Amino acid sequence: MPRHAGVQPGVHLPPFASLVEAHAHELHRFLVGLVGPADAEDCLQETFMSALRAYPRLRHADHLRAWLYTIAQRKATDTVRRRVRRPTRDLEGIEPPAPVAPEPDDGLWHAVRALPSKQRVAVVHRFALDLAYAEIGDRMGISEEAARQNVSAGLRRLRREVGPHDR
Amino acid sequence: MTDELQRRLAGAAPRSALDLETLRAGLARRAADEGVLDVALGTLDSPLGTLTVIVTPRGLARLSYPGEGIDDQLHEVVERISPRILAAPERTDAVRRQIDDYFAGRRRTFDVPIDWRLVRGFAGEVLRATARIPFGAVSSYREVAAEAGSPNAYRAAGNALGSNPIPIVVPCHRVLHAGGGLGGYTGGLDRKRYLLGLEGVLER
Repeated sequence: MPRHAGVQPGVHLPPFASLVEAHAHELHRFLVGLVGPADAEDCLQETFMSALRAYPRLRHADHLRAWLYTIAQRKATDTVRRRVRRPTRDLEGIEPPAPVAPEPDDGLWHAVRALPSKQRVAVVHRFALDLAYAEIGDRMGISEEAARQNVSAGLRRLRREVGPHDR
Repeated sequence: MTDELQRRLAGAAPRSALDLETLRAGLARRAADEGVLDVALGTLDSPLGTLTVIVTPRGLARLSYPGEGIDDQLHEVVERISPRILAAPERTDAVRRQIDDYFAGRRRTFDVPIDWRLVRGFAGEVLRATARIPFGAVSSYREVAAEAGSPNAYRAAGNALGSNPIPIVVPCHRVLHAGGGLGGYTGGLDRKRYLLGLEGVLER
């Protein structure tokens, strides 16, 4: 750890508290889209903790938002994996916690969460956060066109899975 | 080109309110447990306005009056201490309690460790000398310069006091002109007068 500087020389990072202020609400909506409301807050806390640990070692202050979304995405993937492994009932017969806050049109968003990773993230950005393709590309570190393609591919797949009149 | 599926997706986008306070508190607690809460922020309502209290594991690093440009100050904290700064009012409780007591007339000396990392060189000597001026007493710019080891550097001493990052606790308000004039004050002369009044140096 450098003795006299809080950051890498020449790097101008904002105080971490301002990142939390600026991005918490939107990141939370993003995570609700990816993992559902029950796990989103834990996931958000994990995201900020990971970011905080790594923060002073960042070598530049560009793309901080994209960086946070990458971490959030990774945490969401971990959560989903953990959930798959989580038994529905353990040996003592204790019930797992009931899912909270049932969502409207649950089936459709469940299907979103089952999409391949890039399509899932792009669809969540597009429909839960209402972002334009350029912005989605920015946050995913891909081109605008690639963002558009991921959303279309996701939608095609959703159409196949939930069908046009599935309610 | 929005079709039925897209309308349904947007319309049924899951919503759930985030409680930012709970998130902040959870982050502060975990960061402190892991030793990655390098700088804690809190605020304190005082008769001189809402003060911002900046505390590190080493001690009190900064106390700011309102309108002092907190963004610039935090930038300095990022550069000199760490960017791992979180709102963590409970970490600033000890300092806040003592300042409350001071304003309420229940306390004359502060007993909190100081983190001097925002101060450098001669300014540090001047401020340490200033910290030794007792409640109710006053000194002059020339005297603190002498205490700091350079009797002729009273202008530099004035500058050091003018940029004191920890007013009130490092009592730069107790330093006046030798001729009896009030001199200057970071928080404005009204605040200096108030503090000197509180300590019985000036008529209230």
